[in-house]
Amino acid sequence: MYTTEMGKPDPAKVASIGGEDPALLEAFEARVAADEFIEPKDWMPDAYRRTLVRQISQHAHSEIVGMLPEGNWLTRAPSLRRKAVLLAKVQDEGGHGLYLYCAAETLGTSREQMIEALHSGKAKYSTIFNYPTLTWADIGAIGWLVDGAAIMNQVPLQRTSYGPYARAMVKVCKEESFHQRQGYEIMIAMANGTPEQKAMAQDALNRWWWPSLMMFGPSDENSPNTAQSMRWRIKRDTNDELRQKFVDITVPQAEFLGLTVPDPDLVWNEAKGGYDFGEVDWEEFYAVVRGEGPVAKERMEARRKAWDDGAWVREAALAHEAKRTARAAA
Amino acid sequence: MNRDWPLWEVFVRSRGGLSHKHVGSVHAPDSELAVRHARDTYTRRMEGVSLWVVKSADIVASDPDQAGPMFAPAEDKVYRHPTFYEIPPEVKHI
Repeated sequence: MYTTEMGKPDPAKVASIGGEDPALLEAFEARVAADEFIEPKDWMPDAYRRTLVRQISQHAHSEIVGMLPEGNWLTRAPSLRRKAVLLAKVQDEGGHGLYLYCAAETLGTSREQMIEALHSGKAKYSTIFNYPTLTWADIGAIGWLVDGAAIMNQVPLQRTSYGPYARAMVKVCKEESFHQRQGYEIMIAMANGTPEQKAMAQDALNRWWWPSLMMFGPSDENSPNTAQSMRWRIKRDTNDELRQKFVDITVPQAEFLGLTVPDPDLVWNEAKGGYDFGEVDWEEFYAVVRGEGPVAKERMEARRKAWDDGAWVREAALAHEAKRTARAAA
Repeated sequence: MNRDWPLWEVFVRSRGGLSHKHVGSVHAPDSELAVRHARDTYTRRMEGVSLWVVKSADIVASDPDQAGPMFAPAEDKVYRHPTFYEIPPEVKHI
């Protein structure tokens, strides 16, 4: 699952490239413009490094926090097959978080720093995970919509200019396609089930549709970092372009299920060859980014508890290794 | 102080006959756990038949800023490639 750059843009923090050696900067810009990959030990502008650390670590945090809403249903999956599938999916999300943390670490930040930033509330993660998973249909809707939006975001990032990030994205994309398909399969089963089951599927779509559209981040006019990030090939498409693409692809999938997308303004626009759709509730988006999402507090409590409860294991493993090394040396 | 477990680079041999290839890294307190973490992180879909882990700190790399002078000497030695040599077309199997 993916996060795009979140948070209300702070003009003071918009990437500044002043103060860099002009010759180095020019050579760097030329390499990026030629679609070359930048590797960890290459020279890069400070702002490029900072933007990447923020984006990749947010992305990693989203994968890790993203395990929580689905993990909530592991013990209550309706069959052994669904349970095995969900377990594999949740494990994948953990793996994706690890690929991404490693990619961020190549930029000079440490795992501990990133985790500390998440747990202290300083770092953001995707707003989508601050919504609760109330019924089994939510697991279907998450795979279908949330992973669908994630894939839409991540596919272009396979060509992002920073090599370790691009390589992590290649692996993530390869693995994530099953996530979306298993979710849609759940939706098919529910939409073709009893009237109650179909109503659950519709209810899940109603609750997850708008938060999924929010996953693409603020609208382009409120995303001043986008221009610089696109210039540096950190981003390859704007938020609004990706959001439009997602709507165009997903609406027919909802129609196939016989479900209704909860947007009265949704209408096919023949001239542009895409759907017109209603405005995202940006007040809600920014509120969730600020940490006011329905289950934001629970999510961070669960993360901190897991980290704190595991502290003795991390320390014991290091102590064991130190003792073994000392014995071998003696 | 950084209390992270040490970092290990992970290499996977995808099948017999191929070389190990770098796939990413993991944190682990020792080599044995590094192999286990590497298995869980990088081979969940039969990506490999063999794993190597190497402490990241033990890898010595060439300097990317010196890539020009380091690799340039090969550039003007085109006579190291077979296409440099002109052989009449009627000569076969060479």
